[in-house]
Amino acid sequence: MKIKNIFTHLILILICIISLIPFLWLLSTALKGRSENIFAYPPIFIPQDFTLDNFKEVLKLVPIIKYVINSFIVAASTVILNVILSALAAYPLARMEFKGKKTAFFAILATIMVPFQTIMLPIYIITLKLHLVDSYSTFAGFLGMIMPFAVNAFGIFLLRQAFLTIPKEIEESAVIDGCNSFQIFFKLLLPMIKPSVALLAIFTFIGSWGEFLWPSIVLTNEKLYTLPVGINNLSSAFSSDYRLVAAGSIISIVPIVIFFLALQKYFISGTTEGAVKG
Amino acid sequence: MDLKKNIGAYLFLMPAFILLLVFFFIPFFQTIYLSFFDYSKDIYSPHFVMFNNYIELIKSPLFIKTILNTFYFLILCVPFLVIFPLFLAILINQNIRCKNIYKIIIYLPVIISIVVVAIAFKWLYAPNGLLNFFVEKAGLASIGWLSDPKVAMISVALVTIFKGVGYYMMIYLSALMSVPKELYEAAEVDGAVGFKKHMLVTIPHIMPMIALVSTISSISALKVFVEIYVMTRGGPLDSTKTIVYYIYEKAFENLDLGLASAGAVILLFVVMGFSILNIFVFEKDKYKI
Repeated sequence: MKIKNIFTHLILILICIISLIPFLWLLSTALKGRSENIFAYPPIFIPQDFTLDNFKEVLKLVPIIKYVINSFIVAASTVILNVILSALAAYPLARMEFKGKKTAFFAILATIMVPFQTIMLPIYIITLKLHLVDSYSTFAGFLGMIMPFAVNAFGIFLLRQAFLTIPKEIEESAVIDGCNSFQIFFKLLLPMIKPSVALLAIFTFIGSWGEFLWPSIVLTNEKLYTLPVGINNLSSAFSSDYRLVAAGSIISIVPIVIFFLALQKYFISGTTEGAVKG
Repeated sequence: MDLKKNIGAYLFLMPAFILLLVFFFIPFFQTIYLSFFDYSKDIYSPHFVMFNNYIELIKSPLFIKTILNTFYFLILCVPFLVIFPLFLAILINQNIRCKNIYKIIIYLPVIISIVVVAIAFKWLYAPNGLLNFFVEKAGLASIGWLSDPKVAMISVALVTIFKGVGYYMMIYLSALMSVPKELYEAAEVDGAVGFKKHMLVTIPHIMPMIALVSTISSISALKVFVEIYVMTRGGPLDSTKTIVYYIYEKAFENLDLGLASAGAVILLFVVMGFSILNIFVFEKDKYKI
């Protein structure tokens, strides 16, 4: 039994090392100074000419902090809109009887089957027609990045599921006490589904933070670049100097790693429902 | 009273539906509509060509190649992403120390933007990079990870696998928690241990989850784009050009909206096929259990 455990640990440690190596190698490259050959053979893991200059230089050359702020604005707004809109839509689907309920339900379900990539071209045309691009204003540019992702079917289904678990009696007693639908929704039910809302918020945040395709299509103004777009740009602009690319990439993952570690208990215990969110 | 109740429900649903209408239903039908028009001669005066775009695509060797590439990519990563994370989940689900640390580290690549993961791998794949050092040390000739048309797609698939393992492992872990402990005890009484125990108890019990993971990972393989955009741009010799990359190129670089939309509709059919297949697998399982 003991030997089997050691074997298990060995495999898991190996997988952990593999999971970390690409990032550690990036970090090691970012910490190597000008005098050190980053293509040395055999490779050197611990920088000999240890320096933070690459970080300082990349921060000077590229507005990474600005990218972080932009990413944060986009991700936070996407989260807020998703939580509010999904909760609003989920409530009648879970709790009310109305004409067209089935149709509404299947219409939302249908959206899951259609990948964003297949309809992104018309979405782009519509976004242009609505003037939601950065050539009109910064605000419009942000809206253009956020609005196509402001609501999605997974969020609605996740919160609908949560509403379904609340006993009907609680609601009925509130009706007797004279509350209307909106009061019931905001004061009573919404606070009761907090864990699911947290799950939706976290996964939406991660997804939005890492999104590359859509922002790279709609953005033209470098001032509005989000991290993935900015870092990709950095990697093609400075492809000759991988120290800078590495330093920029490392800076870009710090915020999301902190976010992840701070909320890790939600990730490693609560992925049950949230995991299904593609 | 009834009307009032209806209106209340509609008010709740309205904001979400307006957005879905503008950013989903209209674009969805517009994709189909655009696919019947020819934009290649003059983007400002498209003319109706019925199915010509589809015919052109099917006759185009490049488009056929992108379809084959996409399925090659799917075959490279989906079986691994279905089986290996399950194996890891079973390992972690045992009564061992440091469980959570393992989970956190293996999950880390999932939260990091695919752009950064691709950049990190581009660096590992460099001609005189870290991976080739190990390859040479093992006594083999160095590999053109991203420059050899035969290898490039495998290198891309490795990145997708790297980023996906933790995600699917978590899905399996949540499913494993639902397997009743008594089932294992019963299997042990019957003399099943180790691997056999899992084949008899775990796998049948979490079959719906395995089906789900197969579907999710297949659909995301069909949609692969960013890894390729960052690392190879579809090259070398179009060996990593996938359907979505083709659509992207046609739509946003060649501005051939008709052809891009026809490609999108074809992809849509493939993805819907996989989703429907999944529903069948699920239903089948419901009857079995």
